Amino acid sequence: MSLSIRHLLGLEGVSADDISMILDTAVSFKEVLSRKIPKVPTLRGITIVNLFYEPSTRTRISFELAEKRLSADTVNFSASGSSVSKGESLKDTVWNIEAMKIDMIVIRHGASGAPHYLTTCCQSTVINAGDGAHEHPTQGLLDMYTIREKYGRLEGLKVVIVGDIKHSRVARSNIWGLLTMGAQVSVCGPPTLLPVEMEKFGVRVFDDLDEALAGADVVNILRVQKERQKAGLLPSMREYSRYYGITKNKLKLLNDNFTIMHPGPMNRGVEISSEVAEGPYSVILPQVTNGVAVRMAVLYLLSGGKGKVYEE
Amino acid sequence: MAKKSTEKIMTEDSIDQAVTRIARQIVERNDGVDNVVIIGIRTRGAFLAERLRKTLEDISGNDLPVGIMDITFYRDDIQDKLDHPVVQKTEILFDIVDKIVVLVDDVLYTGRTVRAALDAIIDFGRPGAIQLAVLVDRGHRELPISADYAGKSVSTSAAERVEVHLKEHDGADEVIIDRSGRGGV
Repeated sequence: MSLSIRHLLGLEGVSADDISMILDTAVSFKEVLSRKIPKVPTLRGITIVNLFYEPSTRTRISFELAEKRLSADTVNFSASGSSVSKGESLKDTVWNIEAMKIDMIVIRHGASGAPHYLTTCCQSTVINAGDGAHEHPTQGLLDMYTIREKYGRLEGLKVVIVGDIKHSRVARSNIWGLLTMGAQVSVCGPPTLLPVEMEKFGVRVFDDLDEALAGADVVNILRVQKERQKAGLLPSMREYSRYYGITKNKLKLLNDNFTIMHPGPMNRGVEISSEVAEGPYSVILPQVTNGVAVRMAVLYLLSGGKGKVYEE
Repeated sequence: MAKKSTEKIMTEDSIDQAVTRIARQIVERNDGVDNVVIIGIRTRGAFLAERLRKTLEDISGNDLPVGIMDITFYRDDIQDKLDHPVVQKTEILFDIVDKIVVLVDDVLYTGRTVRAALDAIIDFGRPGAIQLAVLVDRGHRELPISADYAGKSVSTSAAERVEVHLKEHDGADEVIIDRSGRGGV
């Protein structure tokens, strides 16, 4: 058994079998994380570079922990404080790092497609940790893992993604993954933050929050990306909060046993109220916990395979 | 005349007797089973561990905790393989600190699986002792590991294959030596 993909660049086009294998493997890694010594020697001798061209707390720590729990050697790189500030290109940077004998690259980059570009110019296995507004596949996987952990399935669940869909790589990875796994996906946000012709993906599109939430099982609330709002797409944060903020009185529109998710970092009082974020139906912290297990599964399944054919 | 390519070396009865004998040896060696826990290595070691638990309960009256271990993450050949073995869950839902852990597997061969299992057990805590019980010891060790309890010891060549079949997984209880030349466990 192995994945049919060599790199994880996005969830678009990744098969249901591959996604299921990653999620099933992550269950075993979650058990490892509960042990007295939460570490296994599986990736001993593998060197992984974390190449972060954009700021990140959660994803970066999560990948680094996943690598360490697997006993891989890790090197961290951030664009600030490196030769990137001297004008070195992505290709030259990676060639130089690869010349030091590494096996895998985890990359976060502001430009959509940067991880894909890397696969064309280097030998290492590439894992996308978020590229521009394109995809954030490990976030999509950990969201699916968290939903599956609670409901035991993904098929047939109604999932609503609320917020700035246009700029959200989290939304894209969730949409591709959830559709592949048979969930019903809706998106909801101000018309200025919804990409045009979104329906063609196979999702339902709403600009009215109440309509979108009616009868939903899972609400995945996206962060309002303040850094991307200079273009005047939103009149004000206050107005956004009033029309699209998830507060306690919105929750009665949802199905029983509903779930609230948020990929973080949260703007409390803007897209989500503190009360909702901390409610018993919120899985925001379990999402973070599961992220380490899911990333361990991705790293494990994409590693190795350089030698002889496996026989048992 | 050419040898028959397969030979049955254990039957349902002899497997039963072997499990019972191992159970008695465990009781004798440890002066009872008060401090004993059982961990089976997936796949067939887990079924044997459960049979051992039942037999030990009949003998001693104690219902011992049984855990199941998947050693995939501890293999020493994982980076050499094109395909990753399917990982299954490890379930050890009890404390092993200061316990006598009886580790159970179907066949003892190179010793590499046991080596991986020893590393895995120690990550759960520091047991008082680890003892190894196997249904078949077929020799050809590549590591300094030996069984404390063996249902049957057979001498084999590396080209032969020892197959343990258990009702829970394979529909029948038997141990077969396959001499068709494929090798392996």
